[in-house]
Amino acid sequence: MSQSYDRGTIEDFGRWKEFSAGMWAWIFHKFSGWVLIGYLFTHIAVLSTATQSGTMYTQTIRGLESLAVVRVLEVGLLAVAVFHILNGVRLLFVDLGVGLEAQDKSFYASLVVSAAIVVASVPTFLAGAF
Amino acid sequence: MAEHYSSFEYKGTRWFLQRITAVFLIGVLAFHFMLLHFVNHAAEVTFLGTQARMQQVGYFGTMIAFLVTATFHGVNGVYNALINQGLTGTRKQVVKWVLVVASGVLIAQGVRTALYMAGIIA
Ligand code: HEM
Ligand code: HEM
Repeated sequence: MSQSYDRGTIEDFGRWKEFSAGMWAWIFHKFSGWVLIGYLFTHIAVLSTATQSGTMYTQTIRGLESLAVVRVLEVGLLAVAVFHILNGVRLLFVDLGVGLEAQDKSFYASLVVSAAIVVASVPTFLAGAF
Repeated sequence: MAEHYSSFEYKGTRWFLQRITAVFLIGVLAFHFMLLHFVNHAAEVTFLGTQARMQQVGYFGTMIAFLVTATFHGVNGVYNALINQGLTGTRKQVVKWVLVVASGVLIAQGVRTALYMAGIIA
């Protein structure tokens, strides 16, 4: 159960071709977490226009949402968020000791399910964008 | 394969809080996305729509709780990643306080915004 493998340090990114599934899971989880917290700061800044006036708030959101770039970035945000949630749930189970033998499989499953949810959401996210 | 890939010091307080906040966030983040993309389309958000939601006590409370937990979870995650990069001593203290202040500002501004949205201050 508790043998450990020395796979070298993950910070040594030049070795990325040798990375195992678990290392990719770790990197994606980090990346997605950082994107989410970055987004939260931006999000509150945008929503803060509500402190100026209702009209300003509505116009700012409408203005942003009318840009195709913003719509595409939102799909990206969805992808990142869905992956972070699903992989996060997977990590919580691992911490509880559930599914230790299937970590690689559950990581691939979280990738596949994230992709499916994102693809299924594209029509709604991009409706009227172009 | 029973290794722990967690970046946190195993079973420390911050490790624990990171997990508790994660469990809460699963529900609210999914709810937030569903509500603002599928129930109401993001492109059709208006101040009046936001106000109607934020005037419901339960929704208002949920959004504030979302704000606080997401900020804690996100910033605690970043802080932890920096510690793993070998941050120690004075630099660690400086980074810690910078992050604490940034979180404080974010939460304060988020709460202020929420009060305007609900029409409690105008
Ligand atoms: C592109 C996707 C998103 C859209 C369109 C969106 C839209 C909104 C809107 C319109 C509000 C105002 C409340 C309302 O109208 O009901 C709001 C509030 C909020 N959102 Fe989002 N959101 C998105 C993603 C996110 C994500 C990923 C997070 C977390 C990292 C987040 C965190 C929050 C928080 C904490 C509030 C409360 C703000 C406050 O109390 O001042 N949102 N969002
Ligand atoms: C929605 C449900 C979420 C779940 C289930 C979840 C789960 C987790 C877990 C279990 C960890 C710890 C990983 C470890 O020990 O190495 C983590 C890390 C992190 N999370 Fe989340 N999270 C969620 C939402 C969020 C949100 C909304 C944000 C941003 C505001 C966020 C930002 C982060 C960051 C920055 C890290 C640290 C990544 C690193 O190691 O560099 N997460 N998440």
